[in-house]
Amino acid sequence: MVYKLVYENLKHRPVRTLLSSLAIGLGVTMMLALVGVGEGMLEDQANRARGVGADLVVRAPGSSVVGMGSLSMNQKILDYVRAQKHVALATPIGVHSTGGVSSIMGINYEEFAAMGGGFRFREGAKFSQQNDVIVDDLYAREKKLKVGSLLHTMNRDWRVSGVFASGKLARVMIPLTVLQDLASANGKITMIYVKLDDPANTQAVIDAMKKDLPEYPIYAMEELIKQFSVNNLPELKAFIGVVVSLSVLFGFLVVFLAMYTAVLERTREIGILKALGAGPSYVLGILLRETVLLAVIGSLCGILMSYGTRWLIATFIPASMVQAIVYRWWPIASLITLAGAVLGVLYPALKAAKQDALDSLSYD
Amino acid sequence: MAIIEIQNLRKTFRSGDVDVHALRGVNLTVEKGEFLAVVGKSGSGKSTLFHILGGLTPPTSGTVKIDGQSLTELDEAGRTRLRRNSVGFVFQKYNLLPTLTIRDNIDIARDISGDTTPWDPAFLEVVELLGIAQKLDRKPRQLSGGEQQRVAIARAIVNHPAILLADEPTGNLDSENSDMVLELLRHLNKKTGQTVLMITHDPEAAAFADRTVQMRDGLLHSA
Repeated sequence: MVYKLVYENLKHRPVRTLLSSLAIGLGVTMMLALVGVGEGMLEDQANRARGVGADLVVRAPGSSVVGMGSLSMNQKILDYVRAQKHVALATPIGVHSTGGVSSIMGINYEEFAAMGGGFRFREGAKFSQQNDVIVDDLYAREKKLKVGSLLHTMNRDWRVSGVFASGKLARVMIPLTVLQDLASANGKITMIYVKLDDPANTQAVIDAMKKDLPEYPIYAMEELIKQFSVNNLPELKAFIGVVVSLSVLFGFLVVFLAMYTAVLERTREIGILKALGAGPSYVLGILLRETVLLAVIGSLCGILMSYGTRWLIATFIPASMVQAIVYRWWPIASLITLAGAVLGVLYPALKAAKQDALDSLSYD
Repeated sequence: MAIIEIQNLRKTFRSGDVDVHALRGVNLTVEKGEFLAVVGKSGSGKSTLFHILGGLTPPTSGTVKIDGQSLTELDEAGRTRLRRNSVGFVFQKYNLLPTLTIRDNIDIARDISGDTTPWDPAFLEVVELLGIAQKLDRKPRQLSGGEQQRVAIARAIVNHPAILLADEPTGNLDSENSDMVLELLRHLNKKTGQTVLMITHDPEAAAFADRTVQMRDGLLHSA
């Protein structure tokens, strides 16, 4: 019976119910979108790293596992790596940040293409001039680029010579030597990707190189890819914590306002229930159930809206961000929202439970 | 057998710096199965008596017993139990829950009392008698004032209370509907033996009761 009353109350004020649910849902969407972007971008990064086709990677001393890195490694290391037993191909990579999470990558085209089985060009071809750049299809779509378009980055205009299918480590690539010149870092690289004669030799090669290069982080590709996790990004974890706290506050405020006005609006009805013999716990139970139902509807709205944010990201900024749908966060975000909502209803519900029956019945 | 026993009942309100003596020593006995009308002008104290008997407000002093249970010693939780189990209310403004159907308005009173069994045949007969059996799935706003008041009567007696308290039950109704509601209250009283205490300012309405008492300046007088 109480559930019927709760349901009818929510149905009686459809606009209030809808707006409250959407507002509660926004908190859920905020959490799901942030976690989804974090995981989506890491997953995308991992997939693109896999697309290189290497068996192991040598990074500069002191560099972060999942960070972009900089041109800080001496290129002479490359000769040492190439000389190692079982090494079939080693190619240097230079990375230069162009602001935020964007970067431009310098490659030795022929080596890089040979390692990963070549580029699949949607249009155009590899760079042929000093100011040529190749971009992946997602970047081209986001920036509305095609072959022949000009791309302004690193304080100069580049001509797009080719658009390749994404999945090749970077979205924007130029010749490594050009990048080194522009960054005033001749003879410096960021990392070395290595392909072996047989992947089964990976650990043996790593062990051998670590003896000679103890300060260099050397990872098998699968090991590196496993490191692409939110747990290895303390800043992202902290940011998720902030958004979760904001969502709790958001749910609290929305429910507080919605239920506070609902209690005021229903003063007389609460008086009627009390005249019929309803105790404080009965009244409290009605409002709590109503809140839980609002939070459940809000969570469902929030989950649906997270598909909306994914569509927006994939449509308008496919190269800058990738949002994954992280199912395991659905119950987490819903429970966090529910906690905020229950906190929000406590004061209005206690106020309603304590309301004097006679005063409430006299309320018009 | 007396179902309501009131002795030297007093109720004083504080209004600003002034004490208002709403009841000044009321004595009253109502027998089980009686239909009593308490008649008085506005401000005579009849509504205060209604509120005390219904457990909506505590008395200042004196003794009040309903079905042998003393109200004087009851705290808020005790008065809630009294409203749940021993008293049924019919208000001037009907006081139905607008979001629920007629059936649910009746059922919620049962739910609050902890009874979830189907309506018994005797109550179904009462529903027929009240003329609302065909309108159970409608919302209150779809019913006339007279029909809403009949629903309020059904809700008030669904838990078989010791007393049915009616506060100006015809105050919002035209004469035709007033007569119908009063006739139904009398019929219920005679047919089921339901004790009814009706508060009214209207002598014509009071004429439907077995006995009438006058309330004047916080005191009861025989009519």
